[in-house]
Amino acid sequence: MSLPRRSHPRPLDLKHGRVDLTHGGGGRAMAQLVDELFVAAFDNAVLSQGNDQGAFDVNAGRMVISTDGYVISPLFFPGGDIGSLAVHGTINDVAMAGARPIGLSAGFIIEEGFALADLERIVKSMAAAAKAAGVPVMTGDTKVVEKGKGDGIFITTAGIGMVPPGIHISGDLARPGDVILVSGSMGDHGIAVMSQRESLGFDTEILSDSAALHDLVAAMIAAAPGIRVLRDPTRGGLAATLNEIAAQSGVGMEIGETAIPIKPQVLGACELLGLDPLYVANEGKLICICAADAADTVLAAMRAHPLGVDAAIIGQCDADPHHFVRMKTAMGGTRVVDWLAGEQLPRIC
Amino acid sequence: MKYIEEYRDGDLARQLAASIKAEADPSRTYHLMEFCGGHTHAISRYGLEDILPANVRMVHGPGCPVCVLPVGRIDAAIWLAGQPDVTLCTYGDMLRVPGSKRLSLLKAKALGHDIRMVYSTLDAVKLAQNNPDRKVVFFAIGFETTTPPTAVAIKQAQALGLSNFFVFCNHVLTPSAIAQILDSPEVRELGTVKLDGFIGPAHVSTIIGSQPYEYFAEEYQRPVVIAGFEPLDVLQAVRMLVRQINDGRFQVENEFSRAVSRDGNAKAKALVADLFELRKSFEWRGLGLVPYSALRLKESYAAFDAERHWDVPQDSVADNKACECGAILRGVKKPIDCKLFGTVCTPENPMGSCMVSAEGACAAHWTYGRFRDTKAPAP
Repeated sequence: MSLPRRSHPRPLDLKHGRVDLTHGGGGRAMAQLVDELFVAAFDNAVLSQGNDQGAFDVNAGRMVISTDGYVISPLFFPGGDIGSLAVHGTINDVAMAGARPIGLSAGFIIEEGFALADLERIVKSMAAAAKAAGVPVMTGDTKVVEKGKGDGIFITTAGIGMVPPGIHISGDLARPGDVILVSGSMGDHGIAVMSQRESLGFDTEILSDSAALHDLVAAMIAAAPGIRVLRDPTRGGLAATLNEIAAQSGVGMEIGETAIPIKPQVLGACELLGLDPLYVANEGKLICICAADAADTVLAAMRAHPLGVDAAIIGQCDADPHHFVRMKTAMGGTRVVDWLAGEQLPRIC
Repeated sequence: MKYIEEYRDGDLARQLAASIKAEADPSRTYHLMEFCGGHTHAISRYGLEDILPANVRMVHGPGCPVCVLPVGRIDAAIWLAGQPDVTLCTYGDMLRVPGSKRLSLLKAKALGHDIRMVYSTLDAVKLAQNNPDRKVVFFAIGFETTTPPTAVAIKQAQALGLSNFFVFCNHVLTPSAIAQILDSPEVRELGTVKLDGFIGPAHVSTIIGSQPYEYFAEEYQRPVVIAGFEPLDVLQAVRMLVRQINDGRFQVENEFSRAVSRDGNAKAKALVADLFELRKSFEWRGLGLVPYSALRLKESYAAFDAERHWDVPQDSVADNKACECGAILRGVKKPIDCKLFGTVCTPENPMGSCMVSAEGACAAHWTYGRFRDTKAPAP
C-alpha cells in the first residue's frame, strides 16, 4: 500500500528518544517521524498517497463534519489513552447525526522533550482504535512546541461522515411526549480519569467507557429511522447534555433518578469526592430521544448491541415553558437537574 | 454503597413522610430550622419538601462554612496572598466567594497571586515542605469538623520543623451561632421568625458530641434533634421534632447515633483545646459580631499564626447592599426574597456567599428547587 520509504540512515529511537524541535521543522527529521511512526501505524491508502490532503470519492448525499481537541490529563488512564479517545470522541460526534463516519484527520501538537516511546504508544493506540472502528486517519499534521509551551501532547481530530438517506437527527427535534433513553451506565470515564489524578489518587476497578458508537447508532437507526435526537454526554455529563437539548428543542424534561443506570463503584467514588454522577463525563455512551411509540423498538435495538446492553429509558420530554430538566428523586420529590456551575469541587463539610 | 443506600430508600421515605403527616397537628405550623448546609443540600437535592406536609416548614440556617465568613476576612485572605513570597492555599469552595471590589481568590489568582486549592490540610503542609523559599499560608475555615484537621497540620509542621507554614485561622463554633439566632430580635421580640425546633449538625456533632446543645435546648426551650445528612436521617429527625413539639418537650435527641455520642471525639477535642483558644468576638456574615464564637491559635503556637506574623487587616467590610445573604443566613428571608437572586446573582457569577457553596441556601434553591417559583428564571 504505502509509498516506497524514503531512506533514513538510522531508524527513530523509539525506545529512548525524545521529540525535539526538528521533528516539527519540516526537514528530514519530521519526514522520518511521519514515515516511520504515523504513516506506518495508520497504514491506509489515502494517507499513504503522501499528499498534503487525503483524496477520496463519495456518493451524493448529506455529509457531516466535526472536530474536537483532546487535552486530557493524564494521557494514559484505565480503559484508554489520549490516542484512542481522540478517535472515539470524534467518530461519536459524527455518528450523533446518524452518519456513517468515512475518515478522520489528526493534528498533533507535541511538547519538546516528549518521549518517543509514549508518542508511539499513543499513535499505535490511535491506529488500533481507527482500525477497529473501520474509520481511517486520512491526513495529519505534526507540530512541536518548545518545552513548557504545551503539556506533553495535544491532539485534534476532525471527522467526516455520510448521513443515510431519510435520516434527520438534530438536537432541536425533541418534542413534548418524546422518550429519553441512555445507552448504558453514566460517569465511568470521568471517574476512571479522576482516579489517576495525582492529588486524588484512589484505586478503582472502573475503566473508561471510551468507545466508538457509530455501529450502535447504525443498528438503532436501522430499527427506528425516526429517531429525533442523538448526543453523547461528554463534558458536563448527562445533566449538561439534557439541558443543551432541552434549550435547543424548546422542551422541558422529566427523568427518574432510579431509572438512570450508574455503577455502584461510580456512585461510591462520587460519594467520596463530593461529585454528582449526572455531571461526570462519558466517552462511550449516548442519549437518544425518540417518539414514544418507537421507544421499545429503539431500546431493544440498543440492548441487542454490545455497547448498549445496559440501555434504559430514563424519562420523557414535556411542554414546560421554562425548559427545565427535572428529576423525580428516589424519595418521591422533584428537583432541577441544572447546568453545571463551574467545575465540580469537593464539598468541605 | 453499603450503609449509604439504606439511608436513601424511597419506600421508607414515603412511609416516614406519611407518619409525619399523621402525627403533625393540622391546626398548627411547625417551623424547623436545619442549621447545617449539609441538611439544606439534602432537603433540596432529594426534593424532601415535596413529600413533607405543608404545615411542616423547613427554615434554612447559617451552617455553611463558606457562607458565614464575612467580606472582611476574604479581603484579608486576598491581602495575605499579595504579600511577598506567600503561597495561599484553601479548600475549593472558598476560591469563588466574592470579597469587596469585585475580587475573589480565584480572580486574585488570575491576577498573578499564588493561590492554590487543596483537598486536605496535609497537602498544605507538603507544599510548605517542598517549597522552603515560599511562605505557605493555609486559609483555615469551617466549623468544628474542619478544626481538628487544621490542628493536625500544625502539629505536623511543628514536628517537621517547618518555619514557613502558617494558618490564617477562621474556625467558628456552632453552638454560639445557634444561640445568637435565638437571641436575635426577629426571633425573640418581633416574632417575625418562628423557630419551633432545630435539626442539629451531623458532622460537627461527631466531634463535639450532643452535650453542647443541652444548654440552649433548656435555656431557649427549643428541641434539638441531631441528624445525619442522608434523606432518611432528615425525615426521621423531622418526625422526632414533631413528636417533641407535640409533647411540649425540648430535649436534645440524637438521630445520628451511628456516628455521634454525647461526649463526641475526645481525641479531636483535646487536640483542638491544646492548640486553640476562644476569640472574644468574631464577625459572622449575617449574624454580626458574635461573642466567643471563633477560635484563634494559642500563644504557644504563635509561630504558625498568620495573624501574628503579618499585620493582617481586621476591617469589617459591608456586604453588597442589595444582597440578602445576611437575612437568609438568619432564616429571616428566603432566597427568592432577594432581588439579586437569579437576576445578577447565579452560581456562575455569585454576588453573595450563599450562592457560592453547594451548601448555601441560595445555591441549593437555584440548583435544585427553582422550578417551583412562579416566575422561575430560565435554566
